[in-house]
Parts: sequence; structure tokens; C-alpha cells
Amino acid sequence: MVTLEDLKTPKTNTWCPGCGNFGILMAFKKALIELGIEREEAVIVSGIGCHGKMVNYVNVNGFHGIHGRVLPLAQGIKLANPKLKVVGFAGDADQYNEGWGHFAHAARMNIDMTLIVHDNMVLGLTTGQATSTSQQGFKSKSTPFGVIPPMLNPVAHALVSDGTFVARGFSGDMFHLKNLIVEAIKHRGFAFIDVFQPCVTFNYLNTYDWFRQRVYKLEEEGHDVTDRKKALEKALEWGDRIPIGIFYNRERPTYHDNLPHLKDAPLTKVPTENVDVTSTINEMM
Amino acid sequence: MITNKISLLVGGEAGAGITRSGFLFAKTCLRGGLYVFGANDYQSLIRGGHNFYTVRADSEQVYSQADTVDLLLALNKETILFHKDELVSGAGVIYDGDQISITDEELGRDDIKLYAVPLRNIVKELEGPQIMENTVALGAAIALLDYDPELLNSVLRDTFSPKTAELNIEAAKQGYNYTREHHGNSYGYRLKKTGSAGKKRIFLTGNEAIGLGAINAGCKLYVAYPMTPATSILHFFAPLDRQYKMVVIQTENEIAAVNMVAGASFAGARSMTATSGGGFCLMSEGLGMTGMTETSPVIVLVQRPGPSTGLPTYTAQGDLRFAIHASQGEFPRVVIAPGNVEESFCKTIEAFNLAEKFQISALIISDKYLAESHGTAEPFDQNRIGIDRGKLITETEYTGEAEYKRHKFTEDGISPRAIPGTKGAIVRTNADEHNELGYTTEDPVLTTKMTDKRFKKLDALKKELENYETTKLYGPEKADATIIGWGSTKGPIREAMKILSKEGITVNYLQIVYLHPFPADKVQRTLQSAKKTIVVENNKTSQLSSLIREHLLTTVDHEILKYDGRPFNPEALSQSIKEVL
Repeated sequence: MVTLEDLKTPKTNTWCPGCGNFGILMAFKKALIELGIEREEAVIVSGIGCHGKMVNYVNVNGFHGIHGRVLPLAQGIKLANPKLKVVGFAGDADQYNEGWGHFAHAARMNIDMTLIVHDNMVLGLTTGQATSTSQQGFKSKSTPFGVIPPMLNPVAHALVSDGTFVARGFSGDMFHLKNLIVEAIKHRGFAFIDVFQPCVTFNYLNTYDWFRQRVYKLEEEGHDVTDRKKALEKALEWGDRIPIGIFYNRERPTYHDNLPHLKDAPLTKVPTENVDVTSTINEMM
Repeated sequence: MITNKISLLVGGEAGAGITRSGFLFAKTCLRGGLYVFGANDYQSLIRGGHNFYTVRADSEQVYSQADTVDLLLALNKETILFHKDELVSGAGVIYDGDQISITDEELGRDDIKLYAVPLRNIVKELEGPQIMENTVALGAAIALLDYDPELLNSVLRDTFSPKTAELNIEAAKQGYNYTREHHGNSYGYRLKKTGSAGKKRIFLTGNEAIGLGAINAGCKLYVAYPMTPATSILHFFAPLDRQYKMVVIQTENEIAAVNMVAGASFAGARSMTATSGGGFCLMSEGLGMTGMTETSPVIVLVQRPGPSTGLPTYTAQGDLRFAIHASQGEFPRVVIAPGNVEESFCKTIEAFNLAEKFQISALIISDKYLAESHGTAEPFDQNRIGIDRGKLITETEYTGEAEYKRHKFTEDGISPRAIPGTKGAIVRTNADEHNELGYTTEDPVLTTKMTDKRFKKLDALKKELENYETTKLYGPEKADATIIGWGSTKGPIREAMKILSKEGITVNYLQIVYLHPFPADKVQRTLQSAKKTIVVENNKTSQLSSLIREHLLTTVDHEILKYDGRPFNPEALSQSIKEVL
């Protein structure tokens, strides 16, 4: 059984003291332990930004990729070997700005993997610019007069893109987040969690207190996670009350379920040697 | 009377089945035992415009299209007007006399044989679709050439569903009978079955050959976004995924494609993607990531004229430097340029082996002319090359004494490669500079060491390539001039050599198959004994000449460059060579 000690790496953590990422890191490790996933079985993929260091801080298989491309990279790994538990970590700028073009398609494709977005509503590692989830009017180095367009709504987008597991967590509630991650990994299909994680250095607006005053748990208000319309209604809530928890959870056939020829063996186990193409060659005569 | 030597052109509007009918005629020749080359020319539109397909068939191997046309199948008037100056004296034109009227003035010459055949009426009487007019024209062509109609019928049967095939066979027969009756034996070209008749040779495009090579090499994941002229590789794979236990996906874009193949490669599956210049631009960042993470996909770059969208459906060799240098920073890669369909097959297998063995991306650089032209080949030898996965750890458990290190320093720079899921091994890689374990580092000493490690692989690769056919020399050792080229110019160059040798001019031809790392020693050896050097390329700036200059400090004597989107024609090329001799 894997332990917290096993999951530790020799890398010194360089996140700011109090960073929202710590809650995600611990919640993820505890979820792995609770699920009894062996280190060799898990692959984590991260993009570029403060979140990207997850690969340095969790001692499981890992691929720290480039900015915005967590999803296709993770999908490639899962397609090659569906036996692996693949979890992608992205930042809000990483996924919702640079990598936005992959998001709806990942939800539609429904490859069995988990995506956790560290959403601090600001670019941290590049020292404080706005992202697509920065609130309207948010002043930053790149938006000194305030962000002009309204914020992007990733939860609603995941729902309308036919995402099969759509959730939102808050890194200030580590236990709740851990439960969400456990459910996401258990889900057969593409599971998405947007996680509020306050940036204590560059986001003066959306602080721990700001979130604590607003977040409430969907499960405590009897939300039906199989009702997509209701889920969308909840996803559109923003203001004094902001829902966290599972918005929607309903399985449909995964991408692999539609590949009957790969039921017996992952691609990595299909022999590479002696592939006979004679029948295809003969069609060219 | 000329026998078993024909250049046929079928032309008409887009959507009229031009490529299909050219292909059917080509296959008919193939099955009669002839060598065939087929090239298409089409515009970036779906209906209208002018499309054509040229077929050259001969009892000897043919490497390219001809400059001229012996038989024209004109499905509209424009085809006659566009191509009348390419017709040889005594050429035939098959057209629908009821639909097209052409005056002597329009034609402007009186040495052409016009063969009117009521294509539309025949189709109408058969109550077939209008597109079947081209099958009637094919029947007419078979009649003029006094060829065996049963060869065409067999091709039609293998191409269409039984019902459609029967209708087409009837259409061809009517065209054949009409032509026999009304035009008799007036045409000066004949086709006859040779001793090689039957299903013995294959007829396929460069793209199809790359696809076959990839499957034979054990490619398990093919992902791509459609982009002409790479798209037909996706079309080739798509229906075969179940048969060969592969995954084939049309991704949302090329960025997804390159990242997906990198991920699959990391996880242990051989993987490939293909695109053209624009898509390759989008892949550049991902390509660099494969350099840093030592992942090993195969990436096919099928060139078309640029910059930007350029001429989407035409050919060029303008991306050589781009392939060699794409992406920021410095990292090893291999760039391979096949020159015909056999090489498209073999070099793809080599690409997969080299990618995994040296844990680098392998780039195959082709172009529209090679990718979409059909060539004749003997059925490929599937066992000649074999599969080499390098230092891949295939055991299910890692039993090394120390902790597994994905980027372990070794003598040759190549680290033993475990895949995720291997018991006892944590496999970690990183697009950031990293240590042996794959953890991020910014340490200057480690940065130098890791860069050196990656470049040691390039040294090892260079050594390995000494045993590969990285260059090929055609023609006599001693010659009046040495032509140097890469990629698809191979066909026209070899045809031009035939023409020149008939005129008593001896040239030899150095084909550079591996462009990067550049086979400097081998090129040097050939150039040392060359009387005169001529680089032939489908680009404006002669990128190969600049590579030769870079690696050998030598300037070639002449450059013959063509950058109009069209391939070289052999006759015109031989003229250009003579001009610089």
C-alpha cells in the first residue's frame, strides 16, 4: 500500500507559503492512498505554471509537458496504455487560455482520465497577469484599468461539451477536494475538476476569505448530479453564493469502449514485430 | 506504330472523377504488365476548375510523368484548350462531339486526331450517372489502343460494388464498340499485354507507402488533422485500425496530434502523425518537447508551396531547412527524405527504428508530388529491415540495483527506457531541463551535462548511419556532370538521365536520402570526383546547396530551381542540364 512517505520527492517545494496549490497536492496524495493506486500505476501530466511543479512533488510516473497541452499529452498516454491511471494537472491560464482549444474535445471524446485545473484566476509564475477566469474589472500588470471581458465559465463549458463528470473544488477545503478527486478517478470517462486555489501573491481579490464567504456544497443542498440542466443552472451561479462539489456525474461509453479491437490488450502489448501487411499490399495490385 | 509507350492525360472539372478514371486507366496498364506512373493536378476547390491526371505507361520502368501527351481524354472543352500545346504530333483527343465543338482556329494545329465519342448519350441510354462519362471515354481509349478490354473490366470489378461495376463495364463496352466502329485503326499507338501481365506489381502513392511502412514497423497510434497533401495518410489508416489493432484519430488540431504522439511514445507505443507546412508550424513547439523529453514519435512533413497557405494542392521542397531547424533550442533529430514509393515504405520503417533507438523524433520529409503520385513497385519486402526498439526495457519489472532514472547518463547518451507501468520503476520526464530522474533543474553544471547527453545521441546516430544507405549514386562513377538532389526530384532526374544518355551525355546523380544529420563524408567523396555539380530542387533558395556549403565548404557549380508548384518534367529538366554543361 502506498504511503504519504512513498509519494514524497527529494525536490524542495518552491510554492509561496500559503499557496492554494498545497491543498491540491495533499488532496491528490490522499486520494491516491485512499484508492490504493500503486505509484507505478499512476501517471501525472502537468503543463506550465506554478501547478506544473506537481510532477516534481509527487513520486509517481510523470510528464511535465509544455504550456496548454496537458490534455493531448495525457490522452496519448492513456490511449497507449489504458491500464494506467492518468491524471492531468493544468493551470487556469494553461488550460483555459493557451490550451482552451483542447478542452471541449477532451470532454466530447470521453477518454477515461482526470483533469484537475488549479484555478487561481491569475497568472502566477509570470508574476501576475489576468487570465480568462480573472473577474471582470480585475486589475493586474497586463490589465491596469481592469479586465474588460466577462470571465470564462469552465464548468458550464464542460457541461455543454458533454463532459461526463464535472466538479468544482476549493483547495481551502482539502478533505472535500480529496473526496472529489477520489470520485473523479473512479469515474469511467473524462472527469474534470476546476479547483479554486487562491494565489496569495498576485490575486488580491479572490482570497481564501473571499472564497470561504461564498462557497457552498452542492451535495448539502440536495443537488441531483444526474440532471444536466440543473447542473448547468448551478454552473451559472456566481456572486454571493458559489457552488462547489459535483455538478454532474453520468457515465456514457468511453472512447475505448468504442474500440472493440483493443479489448484484449493495450496498444503497448500489441506486438510491434512481424506485422504482416500482405493483404493490404495485395489490394494495390 | 508505337507499342507499349503511352502518355495519357484525362482532364475535366473537379468532381467529374478525373483522378479516379486516370487511376483506372493506370491500373489497366499495370495489369497488362506495364510499368506505370500516375500524377494528379488539381486545384483547391470541390466543383469546377480544371483537374487532370496524367498516366505514363511503358514496358520499362518509368520514374515520372512525361512532358508531352499522346492521348487526351477531354471531359470538357477547357481540357483541350489547356493541353493542346502539350500534345505530340499524331496525338489523339477523345471528347464528346455532341457537347463540345472545337474549331481549327481554337486548336491552332492540324496534326491532332480528334475522336468524337457520344459520351453523354451513351450514359443517358444506360440511365447511368453523368460521372460515368469518363468510363465510356476509358472504353474508347482501350479501343484506340487496341488493348484488351478485359483488363479494364477486371479493374472496374475490383474498384466498384458488383452492381456499379457491371454498369461501368457496359459503359466501357459501348465506348469501346463505338470507337472501333467509327474510328477504326487510325491511331498510331498500341498497348499489348507483356510477359509480366497479371497481379504482380503494386501501384500506390508515396503517402500509401508511408502508411504501409508505418504499419509494418509496428505503429500503433496514428493521429492527424487533415491538411493537403498529407491527408491521404489519414484516409489510408482510418479503415485499417481494426485489422491492425491500431488507434487512428483525427485530432482537433496539429498541436494535439504532436502532443498525443509524444504521450503515446512515452507510454511505449510506436506512434506517428503527418501534416504539411502550416500544421508543422503548429507542431514545432511539441517537436522541441520531444527533443527535451527524449520521446520518439515519427512526424511526416508533406510539403506544398508556401509561405503561408501558398498553393495548397501543389508541390514544393521549401521546408528542408525548416524541418532541420524547427523549434527553439538545440536538440538532435533525424530528417529523412524518400524519393519514390519503395523508399517511402523502407525509410518509414527506418524512421521508427531510429526514433526509438536514439530516443529522438524522426522526421520524414516528402512533398505533394511524391505523396499523391502513383508509382509502380515490386511488392515490398516486409522482412528486410526488422524492428529495433533500442534500449527499451520490455520486462514487466525493473530489477536494476539503483532507482530507475529515465534520463540516466550513459556512454552513448542513450538511457535505458522503461515505460510507465513497469514494476519497480518510476518513469518521469520533463519539458523543463531536468536531472537524471526527470526532476526540474536550473543548475548550470547539470544543464551542460544534460545538453551534452542529448548530443551524444547525435554522435551515436551519426555512427549508426554510416551503415545506412544515407546517399545513393545512380549512373556511372565518372560522368560529365553530377546532379545532386533529394526527395521527389528523383523521378524526373532519373528520366532526364535516360534522355541525356541517349544523346551521349553522361551524368550521374547523387540522391541524399538522409538530410540530417548530413552525410558529409559520403557527399564529399562523390563531389570530389565530380567534374561539374548541379543541384536540382523544387525551391527558390536552393536549400540543399546551402547545406552542402555549410557542411563541406563547397559551392556547387549550378542550381536548377523550380518553384511554380509543379514538379520537374524530364525533357525540360534535361534541357536545363544541357544549358549549364
